Amino acid sequence: MGKRDYSLFGPDAKRAVESGLTAAEWYHSEVPRKVMKELMTRSDGPAIRDTVLLYGLMVLFAALGIALWPSWWSAPFWLAYGVLYGSASDSRWHECSHGTAFRTPWMNDLVYQIASFMIMRNSATWRWSHARHHSETYFVGRDPEIAIMRPTEMAKLILNFAGILDVLKFIPNLVQNALTGPTAAERTFVPQAEWPKVQRVAQVHLCIYLATLALAVATQSILPLMIVGLPRLYGAWHHVMTGLLQHGGLADNVIDHRLNSRTVLMNPISRFIYWNMNYHVEHHMFPMVPYHALPRLHEIIKDDLPAPNRSIAEGFREMWPAIKRQLAHEDYFLKRDLPATAKPYREDFHQYVPGMMPAAE
Amino acid sequence: MPWIDACATEDIDAEDLIRFDHGGATYAIYHGVDSKFYATAGKCTHEDVHLSGGLVMDYVVECPKHNGQFDYRTGEAKRLPACVNLKTFPVKVEGDRVWIEV
Ligand code: FES
Repeated sequence: MGKRDYSLFGPDAKRAVESGLTAAEWYHSEVPRKVMKELMTRSDGPAIRDTVLLYGLMVLFAALGIALWPSWWSAPFWLAYGVLYGSASDSRWHECSHGTAFRTPWMNDLVYQIASFMIMRNSATWRWSHARHHSETYFVGRDPEIAIMRPTEMAKLILNFAGILDVLKFIPNLVQNALTGPTAAERTFVPQAEWPKVQRVAQVHLCIYLATLALAVATQSILPLMIVGLPRLYGAWHHVMTGLLQHGGLADNVIDHRLNSRTVLMNPISRFIYWNMNYHVEHHMFPMVPYHALPRLHEIIKDDLPAPNRSIAEGFREMWPAIKRQLAHEDYFLKRDLPATAKPYREDFHQYVPGMMPAAE
Repeated sequence: MPWIDACATEDIDAEDLIRFDHGGATYAIYHGVDSKFYATAGKCTHEDVHLSGGLVMDYVVECPKHNGQFDYRTGEAKRLPACVNLKTFPVKVEGDRVWIEV
């Protein structure tokens, strides 16, 4: 397909619409309606338990960090606090934006707003970008949340383990949103009625950052920033690590999540931080299933999916060589084998657009 | 407007919905928590997605794609990204049959 253009106004964006790709229907594994209904059932219990644990641990780690500050003995507590602030907020933002974490809407909204602030995303903008990510997952020029573009800029990828590029992009965006509302690109996926909300949210976030900064200056200490803001940098690594695995090295411009998403079995701590989004094929296929039911869904449809990676390390061992190969061969992607029990990949889904579905090398 | 025989009452579990296609249009028929039956347009107003794969909770139907929500009694959009209301249709039950007026 040649050089990819990821801009939301570029030729690939146009081609995805004209070719019918954006209107095509995604593949779904078969799940009996009764079972699916049971899997989709909402409850508050698991998310209340996890949220109390999350915020409780954050308060505890921050308190210990402050008590031991400025000694190096405080470092482990900041690292733990940072991961919960800068990484667990990503998964909370994600699950609550779907509205599936809690049964009670205001609980979803409250945790969504807090998580959006911590992960430095405008809560009114990103809801829409994520809707697009689900409709048009990894369609070049259409999906605003493509984490690994081809060919990958390795330096940028590595820098982002410390959240640096995200934050550098966030700050001018925040100021622009606060002053004039959504940017031109954001206006392509945020409906006009929501533009004032984008501006209001940005103004609130900006005020909190300015107040924190003022406190740091007044107290001549970076301690306030260790609690608000900086953990988005020093605690980002876990969400970047797990986020890359979601789609890295896999196909783009396809309408079968088995080809463009990855499920990775993980240790329980990572699963708590990531709120079970390691079951990523399952999540994309059935976004209405709450995070706590994803392991059950996995058991039900796993015979129709490529085998999951058995650990984060194994996932990286599979993904990294593919990303490196894409440096030279932009069209290369990993096409994982399906078990004999699975419905085959519907190649005809993907070949109606010449050049859209390159053959795996 | 004609009344159409859409399905049997027992075709829809309590607190659930089914898809019903007729005359080139698609509808969603609900068996509500109040044991009454309701009908709306079959596709979400956000994108071109059938609501029949969605979830009925109390008086709300949640779209299976981005979790937009509608009150299926009035069609009112209740949760983003759904912002445009859903069309609703009159329903009557005669014997064990559900009829909708389209
Ligand atoms: S398609 Fe229904 S909420 Fe997006």
